[in-house]
Amino acid sequence: MEQFLQQLINGLAVGSIYALIALGYTMVYGVLRLINFAHGDLFTYGAYLGMTLLTSLLLKDRLGLTLGLLVLAGMVMGLVAVVGVLLERAAYRPLLTAPRLSAVVSALGASIFLQNTLMLIYGARYQVYPDILPQTTVDLLGLPVPIMRIIVVMVSVVMMAVLFLFVQKTKVGTAIRAAAIDQGAARLMGIDVNRVIQLVFIIGPALGGAAGLLVGLYYGQISFTMGWTYGMKAFTAAILGGIGNIPGAMVGGLILGVVEALGAGYVSIAWKDAIAFVVLILILIVRPSGLLGERVAEKV
Amino acid sequence: MSRRLVGIYLVVAVGLAAAPRFLDAYQIDVINSVGLYVLLALSLNLILGDAGLFNMGHAAFYAMGAYTAAILNTRLGLPILWALPASGLVAALFAALVARPVIHLRGDYLLVVTIGLGEIVRIALVNDVFGLTGGANGIFGIARPVLLGHKIRKPDEFLYLIWGFVAVTVFLFHRLEQSRFGRALTYLREDPVAAEGSGIDTARYKLMAFALGAAWAGMTGALYASKMTIISPESFSFWESVVVFLMVILGGSGSIPGVMVGAAIVVLMPEVFRTFATARMLVFGLVMMIMMVVRPQGLLPWRALRFKRSDLPRREAAP
Repeated sequence: MEQFLQQLINGLAVGSIYALIALGYTMVYGVLRLINFAHGDLFTYGAYLGMTLLTSLLLKDRLGLTLGLLVLAGMVMGLVAVVGVLLERAAYRPLLTAPRLSAVVSALGASIFLQNTLMLIYGARYQVYPDILPQTTVDLLGLPVPIMRIIVVMVSVVMMAVLFLFVQKTKVGTAIRAAAIDQGAARLMGIDVNRVIQLVFIIGPALGGAAGLLVGLYYGQISFTMGWTYGMKAFTAAILGGIGNIPGAMVGGLILGVVEALGAGYVSIAWKDAIAFVVLILILIVRPSGLLGERVAEKV
Repeated sequence: MSRRLVGIYLVVAVGLAAAPRFLDAYQIDVINSVGLYVLLALSLNLILGDAGLFNMGHAAFYAMGAYTAAILNTRLGLPILWALPASGLVAALFAALVARPVIHLRGDYLLVVTIGLGEIVRIALVNDVFGLTGGANGIFGIARPVLLGHKIRKPDEFLYLIWGFVAVTVFLFHRLEQSRFGRALTYLREDPVAAEGSGIDTARYKLMAFALGAAWAGMTGALYASKMTIISPESFSFWESVVVFLMVILGGSGSIPGVMVGAAIVVLMPEVFRTFATARMLVFGLVMMIMMVVRPQGLLPWRALRFKRSDLPRREAAP
């Protein structure tokens, strides 16, 4: 039982990271119908920028641990958002009216480009995060849980809640939802769709960058290719929940993380990476548009 | 096939046949690898370009074929070229089996499912499934192919084997394009609803295209295994599927000469950019983005088949 709970909490921590990345995929997909293959690399940018800023600015010594980390998170999210906006301008805006797969290839090209910029700057080897967090465990209902796991889950939940309220309750959020449902109609209602696209490319990368920072702090080790694995998992999570659907990405991410952790614990660690995809295929056979995705009639 | 296209094919064929006189072994090896990727790109083009099914897990079928050939050869001593049909068959059966429940999924959902299939196959190979695949080390000691009593081992000889297979494939695929099957696929891709309304069994045609593409990838896998004599799961990674996907879209999805050019460019580009040393993949990514922005429809886009009056059977041409 204790092992089960530990795996569950571990799964929730990994799953909330997947969910944060999945939000970027799903928001971009909702508005542009584009799989942003470079999103995983924006996540890696977050991890690397976090490491560089952490070691160079000595935020912990100047501002203390909590405030230092908050400032760091803000800087990382802002910088990755800038990269996201530039990416949209360079790789996607010229292809708005092109065939959809052309944009996919442009996205893949952007992904290769971004990955190799990191490789050229930092080298191809693993990078190690500075050890700044206390390695304490917290007693959770009689269960010793590493504090970092709890921080990861809490930070993700807070960010997702803020995003959810923003999208559901504010005027700008309504514009994002409207553009996702029907771009043409949204334009007729006076919504500047190009600005919505830009906004989506600020929010998504910012969340992805935050996820990168969390992964760096949580695992302590990052590599320039990790965006592919995390990106693929997160994208699977987005599809699982029903792509284009924001709560769906959160649910999908958490389910994927938990299933993976339990699968690795109880079935076989060697098959860990395959379990996620088996679950995805099984769910899509039963619900072809994901768990929370709307049913789009397409009969074959 | 237009007359001009036939002319271009002939020029390329003559050039390739003469290549061993002018190029060194390394360059010939690069050309061989272009040939293998041309085969893969043509086979994916059937699925992605002709049937419009987003498949980003093509390496799975390639792996199936390569492993089938390798296992038949090393365990049963079957000559590798004899294993070619078996490789195609196994890959096609596997494709039909796994595609059956998911082929109706919408575009991007299918894309992710095929990525997943590719990963599942790769992980299964790493985990030495059924004790046949040799785990992460793969299978080694695959025999060289023997053709008409002659053992093929030098790069020059492989050039003729691989490009001979390419020539057969190009001929067959052009014929296929103009057949009832090919026209049905084009219709299906351009307007699935109208195609179904005209009595085309869309699910069946999609499945057939998927199986046929997989079969060709499987046979290419067998050729690859015979060329390398050693195969391991890392040759069939997600990256491999992505590369073949790029070739089809960059070259012009649906167009046979297009995807061949796409394959040649994607293989040769990193070779040409060797001067950039470690930055060559960076340049590669950049060039891909620029190419898509400049020519979103691909380098040599697909053009609808056109028929002259003289092409029609006389009975139909009469008023």
